[in-house]
Amino acid sequence: MSITIALAGNPNSGKTTLFNALTGSTQYVGNWPGVTVEKKEGRYRKQKEVVITDLPGIYSLSPYTLEEVVARNYLLKEKPDAILNIVDATNLERNLYLTTQCMELGIPVVIALNMMDIIEKNGDNINVKSLSDQLGVPIIEISALKGKGIDQVAQAAIDAAKSKKAPVPPKFSSEVENILASIRPVLGNIPADKERWYEIKVFERDEKIGEQISYDKEAAEKIIAAAEAAMDDDSESIITNERYDFITEILSGGYVKKNAGSMTISDRIDRVVTNRFLAIPIFLLVMWVVYFLAINTIGTMGTDWVNDVLFGEIVPGAVGGFLESIGTADWLSGLILDGIVAGVGAVLGFLPQMIVLFICLAFLEGCGYMARIAFIMDRIFRRFGLSGKSFIPMMVGTGCGVPGVMASRTIENERDRRMTIMTTTFIPCGAKLPIIGLIAGALFGNSALIGWSAYVVGIAAIVISGIILKKTKMFAGDPAPFVMELPAYHIPTFSSVFHSVWERASSFVKKAGTVILLATILVWFMSSFGFYEGTFQMLPEEDFMEHSVLAALGNLVAWIFVPLGWGSWKPAVAAVTGLIAKENVVGTFGILYKYGEVSEMGEEIWGNLQAEMTALAGYSFLVFNLLCAPCFAAIGAIKREMNSAKWTWFAIGYQCGFAYLASMCIYQIGSAVTGNMNVIGLIVSLVVLVGTLYMLFKPYKEATTLRTSAAKI
Amino acid sequence: MRTLKDVHVGETVKVVKLHGTGAVKRRIMDMGITRGAEIYVRKVAPLGDPVEVNVRGYELTVRRADAEMVEIAE
Repeated sequence: MSITIALAGNPNSGKTTLFNALTGSTQYVGNWPGVTVEKKEGRYRKQKEVVITDLPGIYSLSPYTLEEVVARNYLLKEKPDAILNIVDATNLERNLYLTTQCMELGIPVVIALNMMDIIEKNGDNINVKSLSDQLGVPIIEISALKGKGIDQVAQAAIDAAKSKKAPVPPKFSSEVENILASIRPVLGNIPADKERWYEIKVFERDEKIGEQISYDKEAAEKIIAAAEAAMDDDSESIITNERYDFITEILSGGYVKKNAGSMTISDRIDRVVTNRFLAIPIFLLVMWVVYFLAINTIGTMGTDWVNDVLFGEIVPGAVGGFLESIGTADWLSGLILDGIVAGVGAVLGFLPQMIVLFICLAFLEGCGYMARIAFIMDRIFRRFGLSGKSFIPMMVGTGCGVPGVMASRTIENERDRRMTIMTTTFIPCGAKLPIIGLIAGALFGNSALIGWSAYVVGIAAIVISGIILKKTKMFAGDPAPFVMELPAYHIPTFSSVFHSVWERASSFVKKAGTVILLATILVWFMSSFGFYEGTFQMLPEEDFMEHSVLAALGNLVAWIFVPLGWGSWKPAVAAVTGLIAKENVVGTFGILYKYGEVSEMGEEIWGNLQAEMTALAGYSFLVFNLLCAPCFAAIGAIKREMNSAKWTWFAIGYQCGFAYLASMCIYQIGSAVTGNMNVIGLIVSLVVLVGTLYMLFKPYKEATTLRTSAAKI
Repeated sequence: MRTLKDVHVGETVKVVKLHGTGAVKRRIMDMGITRGAEIYVRKVAPLGDPVEVNVRGYELTVRRADAEMVEIAE
């Protein structure tokens, strides 16, 4: 017989560490049905028939956040055999608050009292026996970090599951108990073991409960209104107060802090780290170290080696030699070498950089500094619908957008995370620098202003997008309370860092890798096949690119870019090849202007470019390439992090649309100023500009309820 | 009415009542800021917002705009 155990607990309670310790390498990461919240499952190492489901880290079972609704719906609908509730012993009151709610679901509960090693070290004392008796729930002392008590707590949960004995829900004051009893008759037919849950939820006017049971709403509302008047508080507050009063009551006398009131080590660290004057310099220093490790040194060195040596020489050499030795047809070896091997290289090439970055992030998250980053930077970023934690993805994005997008994983709030994913690649990454160099060199006399303005354009795009998008239907829906815990500092363990890095890196390879590989093969096909001398064939050399399918496609779509000032096929094709990697834009110009290989900034073709487009058109081309859809690798990363096809397409579509309109406004308004006015173009651009300004200054109201229907989850 | 927004750094105050509705108010209560709870205001973020408070033995950050929902004893 299989047993399902749900692991529930607060964020930062050591839940992930316990889950890893319980399940080892048997984890399966998926999604909760219908939503993009991650769902982790695994089997207990020592008894494979026991399935452990890791619920999202939550503080409560309220109806307001997606994580909470996902967790409570799972507990209600999937009916796990037991709840293993992990409780942080160093933060008992708030952790037990969730426990009081878990005990109302008619499911056996076992408490894993975590961080007992810290309690002992501090000389604090918790009367576990008395606490367990008063709650009526078994409590096992554990230290997830040190691997102590893991098997005992698993066994206790299995025993509880087999006993099928649900705890008696916490008792509130007699006044509230009477009210809840009077609510029972209006509920009608509900399962007996869930009575308490529904009584309370109906009393709280829980907005998701009407989707799950039908009851006499009018009669309930009368009772609730009368109770609120009598107790001079709203029903939600009444219940919350009762829960905390219950916890204070059962803890009184049973929990003694040896050094109550004095500063802990964590407090002392925070006195420096989030100090009014030192916080920002320290923050910048930490960011510099992350950037230095991941982008400037180790990470990029590894990535360069994989790209230039491993997948630049060793693998293609070996595979090419092998293919030649067995006499493979040209098209097939082309497919394997330039399509598949190059595609796999494109995926794996990012890994070294990403692993270094993920190690840094896992460390910052694990030690507790990431929460401080949100605390320090919140004021700036929240105006743009972003999180203080969005700083890291954007900073990393100046080096490479792929790890930048992947770094958005540290943002818990879904709305902030999506906004960050959509806007991170607006920042010019390293691969866009050659394009900047080409345009600045060919059309602006190498002016440093162009490079500087590229960053201004990128930041402006983020700010404008943030302010506008948060007012749109896609984003305005769900509330995002920023009431955040600052967990105590501690040194993360090797295994927790390793797990986090492994999970993120492997999910990049698996989920982003497929997109990148397929796209690389597709573009290889389009650029190396075409009509030449009357037949559709594989083109003999790169120099024949103008006959390729890609060039034909460029010709077909070039008119789209006429309002942007560069509506001829060569720049259009160059922009398309930029999707493989942005630095390809320069190389493609080189091939199309018949120079073959050109230097990084394409000095050889500056003259051709001057003949092709005006300086204004060149700048419009630059802005378009900076802001439009990023390379396939970054698109793959966006798809991985959005975890939804709809949101991926929305992100790509938005970026391309934004890039198009921005370039058009620059070109059309610029043309009008310099005396080449196109009336229609100017009018359209001015309309876009006014529309943008309207959206920028339109008032914004924060949502207070969760849109996602509980019935759909 | 005095609210948590008006409290100076270093002060300890007692919660009287929570105002407002919806997600943010519920989250504030879920985190332990309920009637009768003691709150110590530890610091203000370097840019002036949010604030860091100690409640029920742990550190919590709240934006000033949200702290306005928390009525405290005079």
